[in-house]
Amino acid sequence: MSKSVLKLLAATALVGAGLPASAQTLGLGRAALPAEIAAWDVSVQPNGHGLPVGSGDVLTGEDLWVENCAMCHGDFGEGAGAYPVIAGGDGTLTNRRPVKTVGSYWPYLSTVFDYVHRSMPFGNAQILTPDDTYAIVAYILYSNGLVEDDFTLSNENFTDVVMPNAEGFYPDDRDESEVPLFTHEVCMTGCGPAVHITHRATDLQSTPEGAVTVFAPDRPTGVADNAGAPEGGEGAAPAAPAPAPAEPVEQAVAEPESPGLDPALVAAGEGLWRQCRSCHQVGDGARNGTGPLLTGVVGRHAASVEGFRYSAPMQEAGANGLIWTPEELDSFLADPRAYMRGTRMSFRGLRDAGDRQAIIAYLQSQSQ
Amino acid sequence: MTDMSDDDMREPVGTSRRAFLRTAGLAAGGAVIGAAAGAQEADPLITEVQDWATMTGEGVDATPYGMPIRFEGDVVRRTVSWLTADPISSINFTPIHALDGTITPAGCAFERHHSGAIELSKDDYRLMITGLVDRPLVFTWEDLQRFPRENHVYFCECAANSGMEWGGAQLNGAQFTHGMIHNMEYSGIPLRLLLQEAGVKPEGTWVYVEGADASSNGRSIPMEKALDDVLVAFTANGEALRKEHGYPVRLVVPGWEGNMWVKWLRRIGVTDTAVESREETSKYTDLMPDGRARKWTWTMDPKSVITAPSPQKPILHGAGPLVITGLAWSGRGAVARVDVSLDGGVNWQEARIGTQGGRYALSRFYLEIDWDGAPMLLQSRVTDETGYVQPTKDQLREIRGLNSVYHNNGIQTWAVYENGAVENVEVGS
Repeated sequence: MSKSVLKLLAATALVGAGLPASAQTLGLGRAALPAEIAAWDVSVQPNGHGLPVGSGDVLTGEDLWVENCAMCHGDFGEGAGAYPVIAGGDGTLTNRRPVKTVGSYWPYLSTVFDYVHRSMPFGNAQILTPDDTYAIVAYILYSNGLVEDDFTLSNENFTDVVMPNAEGFYPDDRDESEVPLFTHEVCMTGCGPAVHITHRATDLQSTPEGAVTVFAPDRPTGVADNAGAPEGGEGAAPAAPAPAPAEPVEQAVAEPESPGLDPALVAAGEGLWRQCRSCHQVGDGARNGTGPLLTGVVGRHAASVEGFRYSAPMQEAGANGLIWTPEELDSFLADPRAYMRGTRMSFRGLRDAGDRQAIIAYLQSQSQ
Repeated sequence: MTDMSDDDMREPVGTSRRAFLRTAGLAAGGAVIGAAAGAQEADPLITEVQDWATMTGEGVDATPYGMPIRFEGDVVRRTVSWLTADPISSINFTPIHALDGTITPAGCAFERHHSGAIELSKDDYRLMITGLVDRPLVFTWEDLQRFPRENHVYFCECAANSGMEWGGAQLNGAQFTHGMIHNMEYSGIPLRLLLQEAGVKPEGTWVYVEGADASSNGRSIPMEKALDDVLVAFTANGEALRKEHGYPVRLVVPGWEGNMWVKWLRRIGVTDTAVESREETSKYTDLMPDGRARKWTWTMDPKSVITAPSPQKPILHGAGPLVITGLAWSGRGAVARVDVSLDGGVNWQEARIGTQGGRYALSRFYLEIDWDGAPMLLQSRVTDETGYVQPTKDQLREIRGLNSVYHNNGIQTWAVYENGAVENVEVGS
């Protein structure tokens, strides 16, 4: 630990000691109740402080992983799309392209438990029980080759697990390693030999189109001139193919029954859409995310959005002619995993038939 | 004016650069728009009575809460979609190239969310203090209004600001290279007062601060800082925090990386160790060339950037009087001086400080020159009150290698061409 941090911690301890209960208070607020503290104070420290009682094994974790995590992180933690890679990367930290995973980089297992338990799954956080979390963490250890498939993780053996990169971190040492080098009189003239350009940003073409609007009047062909448009700046990843003119997503086979949509129902559906939008986009400019784009979903073939990687059962259902009529959507949304075993959609479903009707009405309103 | 060789200014091979220069649409060295000098004909904008001088405009209350006039419609936050997997856990950038002064309007101050911007009302808001305290407490919004509060202007910079530039010049615009920053005036309660209210136990040496959103983003802060200048803030620039900035309550951690400025603050846990949360281990740590990583790199080092001219703000008026301006800041204190180079860092001149920011706040600098129309390699270099002089990117790379993501405070270079177009470049000798 660097001197400055030691100093800081020492000072900190003193200050902490100097702030006893006798410090002046205003008597504001009220006592937090034990049940309230238990609900919110769930963070876990490296020494295991904060771990709930529980356990979970690798195989249980694998099932939970496939259900809750694989759609973003891959079946084996290899990552999907641009979502984080969880497993592998061993020995890559000095490479030009290091792969920073739980196994190769994370110093503490407590961090994995804490994060999975409090912040995952993305878009459906804080649903995992302690046992679920122990099981998923056990599976993450397994997928990183750190335990065997018969391993069970619990609050009892948790702190026995030492992460491979536990010694790989040290506190900020810039005060010693950099600040002295960068603290000096400024040079004003003849500060070095003449320079020339070595890199140019425009060689990479990674700046969003439309951002440098002043250049827009004579833009290269094929790019919309959106000079001055507030929504400029959209798009154009260097890694992504050039934005093709929006490919019509599979013409609707059965025309959605859009006439006579109840505006109140559509509005209610729009409110419920909050539950869907972390994975799905709909409407103009919608793109595939964790889930496929849903513009025009009502009335179209299942598994028909180009460029989206559907689960095998969903692809099969599409090939067999499943069409997302309001009735089929209603059954699916009531309990997705019961309707279609093996779907990647990690959503508990909408119990309330009225909610389902509203969401479907909203999707219908977004069909054009 | 510079030592840029002919080679640097050659017609490039790739279409991208050709397109860049062509589409710049700027006559070499010539004035393009708004040229008033030497007019041959009377300007009809002056000689003819315009509509706005005849008819009336909008009455009051046309926009009970006003937005910028439509002509400023391109002065907006922008994202870079390839940076992140999903716009819900993503970042966008402040249009610093188009702003002046030092205060960032909230409506265009950059956003960074880990699970999207949530709607949390004042009525539903609760703040809990837990852990190593004598009295674990719950506060409502109304409770918090009864504590003494302070007002301070501070910058908030994401640790990843300029992070895409480690491997070389990449994004073409100050908005994208340096726009993960904003500077606002906050009203809030010193965190110290809330901790006193709960009574920190002697073994409480850290606080863990956590948000109410689905990411429950949490960071550990040493007690010394928590008792020093951290604020529990409600307003920015005089009005309630915007949703995207943590309404109704966010933490303000002066001089330290933006990730620690927890939004929708719901819990302050007093602990005896750092929690070592995901955001302070797997992220916001700095991988060094030996494969080990620095952690707890909280301080934002001194940094500056010229905001105009810049790629999104080319020179449209040709040779003659030119205002060079930019921003400078330091997480180690106040800005002491800013120097500007026109030749890629060989020779420097001291800029004029237009707005002197306080500690951990932006300062605005200006350098007025008589541009001869020759190419330039513009740089700015800040020195803060501790004497720290902003390093070059290469100086940083010598120490940190190329695998860092965060804390790139290296000197930025803009190449200005004869036609007034500006490009993000790097230079070497």
